[in-house]
Amino acid sequence: MTNPSANPTRPIPGRPRSKTAQRVRERLIQAGLVGCALFSILITASIVVILAAEAIQFFRLDEVSITEFFFGTEWSPLLGAEKHFGIWPLICGTLLVTAVAMSVALPLGLITAVYLSEYAPPRLRAVLKPTLEVLAGIPTVVFGFFALTVITPGLISLHEGFEIYNAFSAGIAVGIMCLPIVTSLTEDALQAVPRALRAGAFGLGATRFEVSVKIVLPAALSGIVAAFLLAIARAVGETMIVALAAGSSPNMTLDPRESVQTMTGYMVQIFLGDASNYGPEYLSSYAVAFMLFVMTFGITVIGQKIRKRFREVYQ
Amino acid sequence: MSAEVTTFGPDRLSRHGRAASIALRMLKDRGFVVICILAATSSILVLSWLLWSILSSGLTYLDWAFLDDVPSRKPEKAGMGPAIIGSVLVCAVCAFFALPIGVGSAVFLEEYKPTKGKWVKRLHAFVQLNISNLAGVPSIVYGIIGLTVFVEMFGLFGSANDPALAIGSHPFEASDGSSYLEQAWYYFQLPIGRGVLAGALTLMLVILPVVIISAQEALRAVPDSLRHAALGVGATRWQMVSKVSLPAAVPGIMTGSILAMSRAIGEAAPMLVIAGIVFITYTPLHLMDDFTVMPLQIYEWAKKPQEAFHAVAASGIIVLLAVLLGFNALAVFIRNKFHKPLS
Amino acid sequence: MMEPSEAALPEEPVATHEEITFKTDLSQTRPSEDPQDLDAAVRVERFSSWYGDFQALQALSFVIPENRITAFIGPSGCGKSTLLRWINRMNDLVPSARAEGVLELHGTDLLSSQADVVDLRRRVGMVFQKPNPFPKSIYDNVAFGPRLHRKLSRSETDDLVEQSLNDAALWDEVKDRLKASALSLSGGQQQRLCIARAVACGPEILLMDEPCSALDPKSTAAIENLMATLRQHYTIAIVTHNMQQAARTSDFTAFLYQGELIEFGATQQIFTKPEQRETENYITGRFG
Repeated sequence: MTNPSANPTRPIPGRPRSKTAQRVRERLIQAGLVGCALFSILITASIVVILAAEAIQFFRLDEVSITEFFFGTEWSPLLGAEKHFGIWPLICGTLLVTAVAMSVALPLGLITAVYLSEYAPPRLRAVLKPTLEVLAGIPTVVFGFFALTVITPGLISLHEGFEIYNAFSAGIAVGIMCLPIVTSLTEDALQAVPRALRAGAFGLGATRFEVSVKIVLPAALSGIVAAFLLAIARAVGETMIVALAAGSSPNMTLDPRESVQTMTGYMVQIFLGDASNYGPEYLSSYAVAFMLFVMTFGITVIGQKIRKRFREVYQ
Repeated sequence: MSAEVTTFGPDRLSRHGRAASIALRMLKDRGFVVICILAATSSILVLSWLLWSILSSGLTYLDWAFLDDVPSRKPEKAGMGPAIIGSVLVCAVCAFFALPIGVGSAVFLEEYKPTKGKWVKRLHAFVQLNISNLAGVPSIVYGIIGLTVFVEMFGLFGSANDPALAIGSHPFEASDGSSYLEQAWYYFQLPIGRGVLAGALTLMLVILPVVIISAQEALRAVPDSLRHAALGVGATRWQMVSKVSLPAAVPGIMTGSILAMSRAIGEAAPMLVIAGIVFITYTPLHLMDDFTVMPLQIYEWAKKPQEAFHAVAASGIIVLLAVLLGFNALAVFIRNKFHKPLS
Repeated sequence: MMEPSEAALPEEPVATHEEITFKTDLSQTRPSEDPQDLDAAVRVERFSSWYGDFQALQALSFVIPENRITAFIGPSGCGKSTLLRWINRMNDLVPSARAEGVLELHGTDLLSSQADVVDLRRRVGMVFQKPNPFPKSIYDNVAFGPRLHRKLSRSETDDLVEQSLNDAALWDEVKDRLKASALSLSGGQQQRLCIARAVACGPEILLMDEPCSALDPKSTAAIENLMATLRQHYTIAIVTHNMQQAARTSDFTAFLYQGELIEFGATQQIFTKPEQRETENYITGRFG
């Protein structure tokens, strides 16, 4: 029955495929895919190079000094006989809006995430999850419209001190926009905490609240911090809401009732206006964009790094 | 206080400290639940409030003519026909570029993981890190990059009004004797100017990270056992990818891509930099033509001081949200209909 | 009780012990042979392998004889699966894996970096622990491998699919629904489909990595009976945790412990009078 000398395999019918053609195709496809992947690096590189090159051109102008740009507290590129390019009013406006936004999004998002992850009965979950997904899918221009036509009139009717364009209204809208991001990233972090930790605490007679606050939250802390950072980066870079609701007066102020201008708001103003190409105010938008990129990219990089390390801990 | 006598069983705790009030602990637990429910319902309330306020003011001007009409100085005559066509064109061209590149990158990252070579591995990790970081870059920054790279092309080819290269235009003499350049539907110029193509390419930069990340997730959901089976019968890497992993991941990739495109439709900031606010009363004739998109048109209306235009903006928002709803419904449909178990 | 035949085994999940009939129990019928007297399908010499700094296999030397069933037994982590994963180069997917020594399939160096891995994998059929059919039709699953390597006409493919499904004792069960999804099959049928898929490529050796560990007893019996039939045409190497399975199905048994080959010989001899103390301890259940 056994015949070791014979070829044990049955011959397969058909003609063999060309090995060379296969190898060439394989190589070409691999090269194409590598090209696709390198494209994303090209994007990052061109962002850095273009923004830096134009910013350098801006700093070379006679009207501009680097010291004033980084330390000046007056930003008046369009009006007045003497132009001033001190970026702090723009940063101040950005941070003010971001602070308001985060004071809305972080606590609400954190509590919602804890609720979703640790408490929520399936029925409420089935309502909450889609709600947050819908919120996340709404274009930011819609939030801007909402801030301008609903939140601002509401604020003014509550308190006379609010201006038509104000940081507070824009901040609330940005906060609503960030809420789904905070919630979903935080919930991910909470879910990554092993079930066994919870079981251990419950087994010692802890209440659900004690398990959530004393066990799960501390264990997920770095993941939550990462979620917060990513949300902050989003708030800093948000454009349409502030362009509609925050105004366009670069004020050095911490009063959220006043009109401010953010970095993104300034860029919108320049690109919508008839600022002459290659004039100082046009070039200044590149310098502002560079600052914005450095800030958001920095926060994102740190956030992603913390997030990655957090994930590794629980894998 | 050190215990002088070692105790066992229930006595061990009762000899140390005071008992915490169970009632108080349970109260905290209940109180926290109440806070949670308040926080959670607030997001539902905000969403309903937002939708209600938009619907209540937007339904005034919303009719079929609104979808077709051109923008107008009179609110009751204004429509978003050109903006809808513009959005469709820009997103279609954007998808044409973004989907192949995005899925290609995802395949490289998920299916061509290097096993040997320190530098190749580093490059791989760097690309991955870079993509998650690109997702965090504000979209207006992409707008500025698009303006420099696509619209002006670094000024290498002159200005958009006086292009260095123009294909598909020919002089045309009107009946009154004046002559101008007529542009065919395939008109192409360098630099490409503030046209549909520039908008689409810029939008591609914005959504590329989203497409890549969602396609990666879809590929990751394909179990490794299928890949091993394919390699086990002697498939090359690409045969494994094209015949096993990709087909299995297609529903997921499509769902992710549709959601990415719905993000693209709603993007206003980069479009604002590329297209500016232009008063357009016609639909784009070719890919270099001026255009506007729905969110940009909404922005323009919302920015106007007259209250009546805010209602028009709300109508526009209803149309935009309806389109997004359609996209999401399609994504959910594909997810449910084609999502087969894989093992 | 119907006559047990591997083709007509119904696939009910519940099976009592008495109902399962093993068609062949090699340990009773086969004469003891010396592996050295037979032609070698795979030759292993001073073969060592590492994952990073961990040495998974330590200087193994033996041959897997042609047209016989060779079982690899040993406690978890002893290196059985590692060895199989080297024979079809699945370890290429593990970044830290490396190997030294000689590993040859019919004289072809399996470790050479110049080797055509794709062709090697075609020559080596692999059946995995869990059934892993592609989410395609039954027909396309079997035709998948041949279509990769050769240009086939429709009728050639049809023939090949039928032959392979016949080899895997699955043809009678599925011939009326070849276009149905492979995922609609039961676990045992899926595993036989995976065997058909491997066989369709015309492999010189079939590797089975605990092919029955995810199956119920009845399906296990079907696979074991199938192995007895396949033995006429194929060299089979099987890794198993189940000592009875090794004893029932194999001609030769290799016992590995902590990466070392403790004993290799005719199955009957290994299970009745092992030469090494560790082997005896293991097969009598004193550890592992």
